Amino acid sequence: MSSTEHTAGVSHVHRDDEGARLGMWLFLFTELLLFGGLFLLYSVYRYLNQDAFHLAAKELNTLFGTFNTVILLTSSLTMALAIAAIQRGKKTLSVVLQLATLFMAFGFLVNKYIEWTAKIHHGIYPGSEILLDKSSGEILFFGLYYSMTGLHGLHVIIGMALIGYMTRLTVNGVINKDSFVKLESAGLYWHLVDLIWIFLFPLFYLIT
Amino acid sequence: MSTHTSKVDNSVSYLEYQGKHKGLKAWIFSTDHKRIGLLYLVTMLFFFSIGVTFGFLMRLELLTPGKTIIDPQTYNSFFTLHGIIMIFLFIIPGLPAVFGNFFLPIMIGAKDVSFPRINLLSWWLFLLGGILAIVSVIMPGGAVDTGWTFYVPYSVRTGTNVWPALLAAFILGFSSILTGLNFVTTVHRLRAPGMSWFRLPLFIWSLYSTAWIQVLATPIIGITLLMVFFERVFGFGVFDPALGGDPVLYQHLFWIYSHPAVYIMILPAMGVISEIIPVFSRRTIFGYKFIAFSSIAIAFFGSLVWAHHMFTAGMSSPAMFIFSLLTFIVAIPSAIKVFNWVSTLYKGSIQTDPPLLYALAFIFLFAIGGFTGLIQGALSVNMHIHDTSFIVAHFHYVMFGGTGFGIFAALHYWFPKMFGRKYNLKTAKVGFWTLFVGFNVLYFPMFIMGWLGMPRRYYDYLPEFHIYHSISTYGSWILITGLIIMFTNLYIGYKRGAVTTEENPWGGETLEWQTMTPPPIENFDVIPEVTGDPYGYKQNDENETVKVKEAL
Amino acid sequence: MSGDHNSQHSGEKHVTSYAAYFFVWFALLMLTVITVVVAGINFGNYTVATALFVASIKSYLVLTIFMHLKAESKIFKGFVGVALFFLLISLVLLFSDYSFL
Repeated sequence: MSSTEHTAGVSHVHRDDEGARLGMWLFLFTELLLFGGLFLLYSVYRYLNQDAFHLAAKELNTLFGTFNTVILLTSSLTMALAIAAIQRGKKTLSVVLQLATLFMAFGFLVNKYIEWTAKIHHGIYPGSEILLDKSSGEILFFGLYYSMTGLHGLHVIIGMALIGYMTRLTVNGVINKDSFVKLESAGLYWHLVDLIWIFLFPLFYLIT
Repeated sequence: MSTHTSKVDNSVSYLEYQGKHKGLKAWIFSTDHKRIGLLYLVTMLFFFSIGVTFGFLMRLELLTPGKTIIDPQTYNSFFTLHGIIMIFLFIIPGLPAVFGNFFLPIMIGAKDVSFPRINLLSWWLFLLGGILAIVSVIMPGGAVDTGWTFYVPYSVRTGTNVWPALLAAFILGFSSILTGLNFVTTVHRLRAPGMSWFRLPLFIWSLYSTAWIQVLATPIIGITLLMVFFERVFGFGVFDPALGGDPVLYQHLFWIYSHPAVYIMILPAMGVISEIIPVFSRRTIFGYKFIAFSSIAIAFFGSLVWAHHMFTAGMSSPAMFIFSLLTFIVAIPSAIKVFNWVSTLYKGSIQTDPPLLYALAFIFLFAIGGFTGLIQGALSVNMHIHDTSFIVAHFHYVMFGGTGFGIFAALHYWFPKMFGRKYNLKTAKVGFWTLFVGFNVLYFPMFIMGWLGMPRRYYDYLPEFHIYHSISTYGSWILITGLIIMFTNLYIGYKRGAVTTEENPWGGETLEWQTMTPPPIENFDVIPEVTGDPYGYKQNDENETVKVKEAL
Repeated sequence: MSGDHNSQHSGEKHVTSYAAYFFVWFALLMLTVITVVVAGINFGNYTVATALFVASIKSYLVLTIFMHLKAESKIFKGFVGVALFFLLISLVLLFSDYSFL
């Protein structure tokens, strides 16, 4: 306990980066459990309608899903590298890597848009006649598909806004070699978006 | 740690401090945790008065069978809004957001919380959510009538203003999450030198446990309510039985949050009681570690019992068995606390000031509420009393008799420290007794008529229940009189009460009593070095015993 | 509780090499390929289990390396454990209802 007391005392005077990261992690838990509620829904409905879920998943394009997975994993890499770069004081490299992350995030959304419009074009969307003719398990699958990937897409957009702001701060020099906890927090958020997708991908695209 | 240099003038109190803003702006844009605490206090009391009004009108309607003052649809809206307002706008933020914000940093010896700006944001979200909830009442379409639980499928189908209410609950949940993550981080990072975990005041332990539930459980209700919202807009079908959805699954997800939320409400109140009891009996708290760990245990087991709200919803038998068993287990840490409080009082030098009266009332009312909770945890009995006014009586004993009285206790205990003024002790006692009598007259008959079969949330009733309903309504009048006496007394105290700068009027040992009254903007001139226990009354010290003997 | 000397300035902390990040990225891509290929084979009931197992390995890599959890103090790991445990126990208790219907 003696170390605790020491830390707690000093942090009154200094900037508390570890505290900031701790707060960010706690926030990530709330995000995790926000999706967690949907994963609970998914697990129950899948348990009750296994065959229908298999059938419905055939409508999804695995190629699109895989491609988006690769994009998101790579954007996670560039984000991690952007932090590594600023730690070493390489400002320009960090900015470039952040822009690359943004670019890939945008690519992910474009893909998602194409995928969704194709579905909607085929008449598969909540409340559509084609969908209502299908079995209840399939209706549930697409209800969950739209809500979970939709919420994930929303998080991609929020993440982009966040990273965009961080890029500005990096250019301004607010984020620099000695103070980069903001960029780290944005990075943590971005990796969480990636983590969620790591689970969404097999649960929706790979259960045929 | 006396080396720190301060930019702000720390010699004036937080009430007089002049920042860059003036007037109202100096409050609503202040990131000072004490000012934010008071912002919460004022807004919370405003919403509380609305909630009380709805409750009062409901009771008035039930004075006679059939129509008394309002029609059934209005009655449905009233009990819904009474629930939403009281739960999301009064009881949940009541202690953590008001007194937690104000006293958590002071009691651990910090200048502020870890994220002061997020703290301010959480108040703004609270205000926004509250306004949205009120707006949903006056918007065309009719006030929401689903009950505060928003059970599907009715909440998807009713034409009333469900969506603003759902959105309000979502925003309020977000506000609650931000408070929670702020508190967890603050307790971990900003404790004063020497303030080890087992020197934390018990109020902090209870706030810490509460904060974890706020962070972990609230998102689940957030997404569940959002799904109901989307269900209404797009028709996903996830909660619609016609499309294969399962309404019971909604109930599961709803209670995964909302049962732990009950502990978000009661735990901080238990913390307040643990502060007040040792101070007014002049004894070290009995079983400090047991009380501290029982807070964690309640938070933990409280998260695992949600389905006891659903025993009649059609669950599988093993699930009913498991949840019933877990429900009984939660009683253990709660009982540990009660035993420890009573043991602390034993042979103490008791001073019956208003804070202690409220604390004792808490123990009494919470014990009744707790025991009747156990009755409902038993499966067979639950079948009989499910959805009767027995339940209504039970949770009012816990929520109002417990948390409500806990909030009033905190208000009377910390009032002089917060405002630097004194309230009239005699009037406070009169207010207390009126409130206490009114409370029991109002809610106790509900146990009886519930046991006899009076369903909850019903607009009309059979003649044989008339006597209980009328006694209950008379009780509501006494209760409201008590509330008026109490709040008027506090308001007069705030406006015209004797100014006091006495640091420690009650003789407490925790840190908030060792700084200026009212506290300065940075709480302390010098961050204190903690060297002892938070309740270091030396009742077993030989010298003390000798002194007492001499005095006698 | 946390260590006493490593917490004040993140500037001195967990500077992971670029190569390590590239290595993790490559591993993640390989795992993606594996999970896609394996999904084509029918393992019956184990198909989901395999997919979730691979996803868990991937998230472990992201959490420890990309999100620096490995370099953080114990308290962070404890926090993650608490959050995951809460989600897991909710799932288990929820299925105590649905498994026996």
